[in-house]
Amino acid sequence: MSGGRQRWLGPAMLFPAVLYVLALVGVPFVLAFFYALGDVKVGSVGWHFVGLANFRSVLENPTFRHALRNSFVFTITSQILVLVGANMLALTLKDAFRGRQFFRFLILLPWVAPVSIGSIGWKWILDSLYSVINWTLVRLHLVKPLDVPMWLGQPTLAMISVILVHTWHILPFATVILLAGWTAIPRDIPEAAAVDGAGYFRTLFQITLPMLLPIVNVALLFGIIFTFTDMTVVYILTRGGPYDTTQVLPSLAFFTGILGSDLAEGAAISLFLVPLLGVVAWLMLRTARRAEVA
Amino acid sequence: MAVVETRGLTKVFQRGQVGAVIDVDLRSVEGEFLVLLGPSGSGKTTLLRMIAGLEEPTSGEIWIGGTVVNGLSPRQRRIAMVFQSYALYPHLTVHGNIVFPLKAQRVARAERDKKAAWAAGLLGIGHLLGRKPRELSGGERQRVALARAIVREPSVFLLDEPLSNLDAKLRASAREEIEQFQKRIGTTTIYVTHDQVEAMAMGDRVVVMNHGRVCQIGTPREVYDDPADTFVATFLGSPPMNVAETDDALVGFRPEHIRPAGTLPADCAALPISFRFSHEEYLGAERILYGWIEGGPFHGSKAIARVPSTWSRLLASSEPAAFEVAREDLKFFDPRTGRRRAAIPLA
Repeated sequence: MSGGRQRWLGPAMLFPAVLYVLALVGVPFVLAFFYALGDVKVGSVGWHFVGLANFRSVLENPTFRHALRNSFVFTITSQILVLVGANMLALTLKDAFRGRQFFRFLILLPWVAPVSIGSIGWKWILDSLYSVINWTLVRLHLVKPLDVPMWLGQPTLAMISVILVHTWHILPFATVILLAGWTAIPRDIPEAAAVDGAGYFRTLFQITLPMLLPIVNVALLFGIIFTFTDMTVVYILTRGGPYDTTQVLPSLAFFTGILGSDLAEGAAISLFLVPLLGVVAWLMLRTARRAEVA
Repeated sequence: MAVVETRGLTKVFQRGQVGAVIDVDLRSVEGEFLVLLGPSGSGKTTLLRMIAGLEEPTSGEIWIGGTVVNGLSPRQRRIAMVFQSYALYPHLTVHGNIVFPLKAQRVARAERDKKAAWAAGLLGIGHLLGRKPRELSGGERQRVALARAIVREPSVFLLDEPLSNLDAKLRASAREEIEQFQKRIGTTTIYVTHDQVEAMAMGDRVVVMNHGRVCQIGTPREVYDDPADTFVATFLGSPPMNVAETDDALVGFRPEHIRPAGTLPADCAALPISFRFSHEEYLGAERILYGWIEGGPFHGSKAIARVPSTWSRLLASSEPAAFEVAREDLKFFDPRTGRRRAAIPLA
């Protein structure tokens, strides 16, 4: 290949990707700053600079502060559940047993199913009238027929439901990542630890888990991004209710900006995601770089 | 220091039989360097792993230092093991690797550091303590694995092909080092290898295994000069022992025992052999001659002769070449079982 062709071929191959990122991520991102500093509503024609007024109004809104707190509760709790659960599943599925392929397939299903369809399924499972969980609880005489839990109607239960359904959805992804990590640890290593006199927990916490840490980081960082930016589960299960008690930042931004027509305030809300996601992105790049060096 | 003994030790795997161990009786001597030698799949590693406590025997007993250790975890057996891959902990430094067994024993930090320094000094890796395993060469990793094994002064040392990941030159020096090192610390050592040179050079005694069974236990000289069966005879030695078929016995003789006719001392009874070459390998100091025997009791048998290159003039003269083997160097085997049998007169 001639030097001249090489000079333009590389950039040409890169161009579609750059265009894609600029058009679908860059432009909306800049637009969000533009909106958040102005007074744009759906259907308005002009734009007037209002400074940080939108941010001030957002911060004074108790619903926003609740949603901000919820976002952290939602993300942190679901990630703890996912990491513990995915590790348990990966440890179970890494050793050979009859039907392992089938169980691996089963566990992968929630990830393969579209999140909206899965969530609609859960909406019925948790429904106030037709809930199969409540039906079972009543038949087992664990609760009285007229005193069944309102899974999506009581603030705490609704938050728990949202977290559990989201955990159900992203658990397979983390399991697959961790399974790859566990399988990559040579069998010799835990055996050497056993010969060196380490028990199960010492081997787990001082040898295998530290070896797994880079992989756990990958699973965790992806999980945080999936969770912090997700509004599907909240939107389908509770619509942020009851009384905005299960709102998270992305759902609140959507309800305020799109459904509530206040584009400026919606943009301001969504911009609160930026600092946290910036930190996560930086950590991801660092992990990737370390993995390259190792 | 301890004696390792197995009684009727058997391990059967569910799927396939590779690596199974069948009815092995073995008894080490205090402070001995015992080598388990066999081809891959002969069960030598399985046997070692059962002694280590990493594999549960199907039946039989394992004794270490006078007590039955069946069912005890590796850590309760007070053994140390060096793995073929070295199995160093990649996220820990060399120092972290060496002190890990001591941490597991809850040894105090000062004592730990003292012992780690002692072990590192013994193996000449004191300058590497701060490095991670991935920053070490193969030979250095192997020393770290050894240091980690000796640091808590185990009663038995188990080594699973520790030299197979080193290049040929390093392997020779590491072989000698391990041998000297074992003599110095005097710990009973069981060493698994498929390399007969390692086995012969290092072992006080060699256990030759095939298909899960022990074929012979003896000093390197015994297993080489007095093989118990045709497997031991043909597994040891490179090239292996020639085995010729006669009417009622298999007769073995080493390639180096074939010599040009008339070179044996006068008081030594000789069996003349007429040897027709097919091809040869020139190895510098010696030549390996491949061919078959014509006439006599071994007529038609394939044979390999190993002769010093300095004999070239003696060999060039005739075709087929006139050779001879001392009758005392012939080993007789039962044609059905392959076991050694008494000598019988040959025509």
